[in-house]
Amino acid sequence: MVTNPEVAARDADVIIAGGGMTGLTLALALAQAGLSVIAADAEVASAQAAPTYDGRSSAIAYASFRMWAALGLADALMPHAQRIEKILVTDGRVRGGASLLSLVFDRRELDDRAGGEALGYMLENRHIRATLAAAAAKQSALTLIAPVAVTGYAADAGGVTVTLADGRTLRAGLVVGAEGRRSTIRAAAGIRTTGWKYDQTAVVCTVAHQKPHDGVAHEYFLPSGPFAMLPLTQNRCNIVWTERPAIADALKKMSDADFMAELSARFGAHLGAVSLAGPRFAYPLSLQIAEKFIAPRMALIGDAAHGVHPIAGQGLNVGLRDVAALAESIVDAVRVGLDVGDGEALARYQRWRRFDTTSMALVMDVFNRVFSNDFPVLRQLRGRGMAVVDAIGPARRFFMREAAGGSGDLPKLLKGEALAA
Amino acid sequence: MSTTLDTAEIAKFAAMADAWWDPKGAFAPLHRMNPVRLAFLRETIVAHFARPDAGRRPFEGLSLIDLGCGGGLVTEPMARLGAAVTGLDGAPESIAAASAHAAAMGLAIDYRQGTAEDLARTDARFDIVLALEIVEHVADIHAFCDAAQTLVAPGGLMIVSTINRTLAARALAITAAERILRWVPDGTHDYEKLVTPEELRGALHGLEVSGPFGLSFNPLSGQWKLGADTSMNYFMVGAKQSPSS
Repeated sequence: MVTNPEVAARDADVIIAGGGMTGLTLALALAQAGLSVIAADAEVASAQAAPTYDGRSSAIAYASFRMWAALGLADALMPHAQRIEKILVTDGRVRGGASLLSLVFDRRELDDRAGGEALGYMLENRHIRATLAAAAAKQSALTLIAPVAVTGYAADAGGVTVTLADGRTLRAGLVVGAEGRRSTIRAAAGIRTTGWKYDQTAVVCTVAHQKPHDGVAHEYFLPSGPFAMLPLTQNRCNIVWTERPAIADALKKMSDADFMAELSARFGAHLGAVSLAGPRFAYPLSLQIAEKFIAPRMALIGDAAHGVHPIAGQGLNVGLRDVAALAESIVDAVRVGLDVGDGEALARYQRWRRFDTTSMALVMDVFNRVFSNDFPVLRQLRGRGMAVVDAIGPARRFFMREAAGGSGDLPKLLKGEALAA
Repeated sequence: MSTTLDTAEIAKFAAMADAWWDPKGAFAPLHRMNPVRLAFLRETIVAHFARPDAGRRPFEGLSLIDLGCGGGLVTEPMARLGAAVTGLDGAPESIAAASAHAAAMGLAIDYRQGTAEDLARTDARFDIVLALEIVEHVADIHAFCDAAQTLVAPGGLMIVSTINRTLAARALAITAAERILRWVPDGTHDYEKLVTPEELRGALHGLEVSGPFGLSFNPLSGQWKLGADTSMNYFMVGAKQSPSS
């Protein structure tokens, strides 16, 4: 007899606010390790998987993909995953062509740690969302509540009480904020954020083209911001086109024909005829980091903890590293008999992630600030900088491994190892 | 009441009872150390009783007593892992704090104020006897260890951890932890009362003793780890013969 009838019974070990890509990955990782989980989201998972909900694609680092494989999702994701064989980073000028100096990331230069794996995979977010939702529906230790948002929580010595928008309250040992930049859980914890808005908006769309892309991703640094062509399956590319907000707004609203004319000027001719293959989306860019990732019986993951500039596709990967570190911290604590929500376990999670997320966000920010301007002197300097990085093999390989998420003190899930309580 | 309770030591801990579960309070060092020493306990107990090392309740069916349980920092995890748990402490304030916390956590733990000697005179016996961070606080280590060994059921296990009497331990536990880092209140430990592994082995004469197993602290990383370094903190494990063997 372990329970005390005077204490409110827990509805689950962990309640996750937010059933997006990071929230559901954490839910699956914890449930598979033997914990009971409730994930609540204002949108049902099938709506999140619709082509009109999220037009973005994500460059999934091989470490992130390995975690999904450890969670049993590889077979479902693989048909939608485009291997990235090479990333070409170019300091470009519109219509003036690329400068001669550029940075090449080639998977064949990764050391044997990669084991012949791709630099990463391009996956459309809707496919990731659909795969996670299908896996979550099959997991008996995981309950999805949608469409109901989490509105707040209160922690006490014995657990945490989470309030839902429909007035229900749920009891657990730990609540996780995974609802993105405007996290309700973060606000309820009174945790402030620091950051700034960029005078930039990313226009995102998918295009089909005539010739194969051979798994090559292109990233042009243009004065208005980066322009990226990211290879998808079936002769398609995801375009991430960063512009000043007014221009981005015009790009989103103009006719398809006008948009394609603008796009062609940047896209180049090497992939043959190009056509739109889906709706256009616009995402204003900002950088935001929470001053703390934890509070008693509460942890923040993903964009709720840190929204990075989406330059090198690191946003989701950073969030998935949060998932791996938090899941391992919780499962290790539960395994030795500590309570779910144990303060030392949360402190371990914050120590594990805080430096990494802060430095990644700042690196991406500096990268963007240096490249998003048109001063000739700076252009020359950064051109030389790229050439130098390109010439020095070890430095470049290190940067590649970092971008692919394959170095540092990796949580087990990112090494492809399952967790068990 | 018997003799191994050191009344001054009991009073010292009683004054801190409310702080047991404050992760930033007087017992913060024990909270920091807890995951590592709990991992040692799970591993050692699962191996000794040949339990499958899986699931959240591997100690199901085993009885356990935590001597000098304080606020229950180890007692509660032992109950969560499935053992039928008794917590014993000399300070009524600690027992009150531990009972209140266990109730809030929904854990059924038999907390008692008393001494190992008194309990040893009854017929209460336990599969596992824990004496963690306690032998350095008792008035007579031999009398205490005799009573604790008596409480071990045949085939059972006793696990002791304590601070070694070395300069490194003195630097960490007494000078650094108490005076500089202000982790634990001044006077929590007296250097002269610290116990070496050989002294402890002698005091556990009725058991088949293995160890010491080191538990060391890296002040740079702020982390504890298990290993060969026994100069600061260490475990000793004593097994009592089962009647058949």
